[in-house]
Amino acid sequence: MTDSTAEMVRADNVHKSFGSLEVLKGIDLVVKPGEVCCVLGPSGSGKSTFLRCINHLEKINAGRILVDGDLVGYRERGGKLHELGEKDVAKQRRSIGMVFQRFNLFPHMTVLDNVMEAPCRVKRESKAEVRERATALLERVGLSSKIGNYPGQLSGGQQQRVAIARALAMRPKLMLFDEPTSALDPELVGEVLDTMKDLAAEGMTMIVVTHEIGFAREVGDSLIFMDGGVVVEQGAPREVIANPQHERTRAFLSKVL
Amino acid sequence: MSEQSTTERARPEAIKAVPVRHPLRWVSIAVIAVLFAMFVHLLLTNDNFRWSYIFVSYEEGKRGVMFTGPVLEGLRGTLLLTVTSMAIGIGLGTVLAVMRLSPNRILSSVAFVYTWFFRAVPRLILAILFGNLNILWSRIGFGLPFDEQIGKLFGIDDFNGQFYSIRAVDLLAGFVAGMLALGLSEAAYMAEIVRAGLQSVDTGQSEAAVALGMSRFQVLRRIVLPQAMRVIVPPTGNETIAMVKDTSLVAFVPVAGELWFQLNNISARTFVVFPVLVAAVIWYLIICTVLMIGQYFIERHYGRGYGASARAKQRLRNIEVEQGGKITTGEAS
Ligand SMILES: Nc1ncnc2c1ncn2[C@@H]1O[C@H](COP(=O)(O)OP(=O)(O)OP(=O)(O)O)[C@@H](O)[C@H]1O
Ligand SMILES: [Mg+2]
Repeated sequence: MTDSTAEMVRADNVHKSFGSLEVLKGIDLVVKPGEVCCVLGPSGSGKSTFLRCINHLEKINAGRILVDGDLVGYRERGGKLHELGEKDVAKQRRSIGMVFQRFNLFPHMTVLDNVMEAPCRVKRESKAEVRERATALLERVGLSSKIGNYPGQLSGGQQQRVAIARALAMRPKLMLFDEPTSALDPELVGEVLDTMKDLAAEGMTMIVVTHEIGFAREVGDSLIFMDGGVVVEQGAPREVIANPQHERTRAFLSKVL
Repeated sequence: MSEQSTTERARPEAIKAVPVRHPLRWVSIAVIAVLFAMFVHLLLTNDNFRWSYIFVSYEEGKRGVMFTGPVLEGLRGTLLLTVTSMAIGIGLGTVLAVMRLSPNRILSSVAFVYTWFFRAVPRLILAILFGNLNILWSRIGFGLPFDEQIGKLFGIDDFNGQFYSIRAVDLLAGFVAGMLALGLSEAAYMAEIVRAGLQSVDTGQSEAAVALGMSRFQVLRRIVLPQAMRVIVPPTGNETIAMVKDTSLVAFVPVAGELWFQLNNISARTFVVFPVLVAAVIWYLIICTVLMIGQYFIERHYGRGYGASARAKQRLRNIEVEQGGKITTGEAS
């Protein structure tokens, strides 16, 4: 356990199937604290599935995933794996923030309530304290004027920034982003990427599935390229992007760039 | 062309055109006006309505048939029966809907069979059936199940594992039987309505909530149900209004404390039919009007975040926030 504390995320030979369809065929990955890991790959390569396995939204069929030294979704006792109950899984998820492609804000709550919901209900923190923190977070993502609005009244970029604030309100130690800018109009992509850049600069550990090569090159500390359920290539973003070693990576990058 | 577009142009005169005539519209308005006048005239001049029988006094020394003691008692019974059976229907229906959508096969089949049974059997038959259920048991109690059989197994003849029991005739007759018949039947319909509502909520919603660490119950209670309400409330309003009228079926249980039963009773006794029917119509109209107003406000509540009423509320909240002085920074984007 001692060496794994220096790793925020560790995936060992992760396999995942949906019925007879094997989507992940042995993924290995290490993300160190404070690192930004970008995940690239064509559609259907299993990027979202892998991300969802990290906070146990999907159960893996084989392999291990550890977050901050803890096995995700299981407990190891006497060399045997025991499934964690709902409560323990929920506890693990609290420290892992997730941002979705389609925002998934709660449409029946105001922006402020969206951000306050989980800290108040899940962590049972005091309302006044949470309100203060939520307001500060929303100010940080540049949305303090939208506090009382409903998500339906915001632009896509604003909604995604609220979603980021909502995840941050739980004070996660790891943030997962699943194509956070893919559903946005081109002129709104920048504002979300800027928010993520700030977050990275503050030392947040992040795994980002994205097609934004510029972001990967500029902000990423590492990059993995997935195809067909395996990691085809990984390394420093600049090198992989400038000088891809594998044919499949080259073909993909030539299409995206 | 380009020359013209660069120079400032005077605003043209506002259009003053002769509007299109709609003669048929006028004709139809006239027809409706005449029909309405005829209807009012009928109400006011036809003596067979016997308004004083309805409103003032139906017998020597009695109030009008609408307001006489037994009828008001009946009205209370109807309202109470509607409220309790709808409460059972909505509560149990929600549980059934959640069971039906559960990944646990046994739970979902139980919910399915329940819905199948109670939707198949007519309410009238259910009402009579529940009125006669007490022939199955002499006493109904809480305690160890199969206590007699267990006792026999160990050779004890009069083993009793009941903590509390009551004579079946006392419990399962009259009001309670009627309430159960209507409530259990309603639960089957409500289960389908709630299920449709739950399924209408995007799965991304529960996923986002779960990812925040919320428990399954919290997700249902805080995220999914409130959004499902938009779909659930309108048909539930329908069901409630239908229930007001279906309460008259409990006369077959039999239950006497019900609006139509009481009115009908007076009608049979005094040989006055039409005014009693009119009185019933008026009472049901009043109840349904109140219910519809209630539904309007409930719908508005669950419409938060969607559409026009949301924007109105939003303005209010902004004012609050400004007055609270919490926000100092201005427009950010
Ligand atoms: N719940 C599911 N049931 C069955 N198959 C699934 C499920 N989720 C994903 N898949 C399949 O798994 C494969 C990988 O899906 P995934 O969403 O992880 O791809 P992706 O790399 O994120 O693609 P994209 O870039 O389009 O988002 C796809 O073939 C998809 O059809
Ligand atoms: Mg995906």
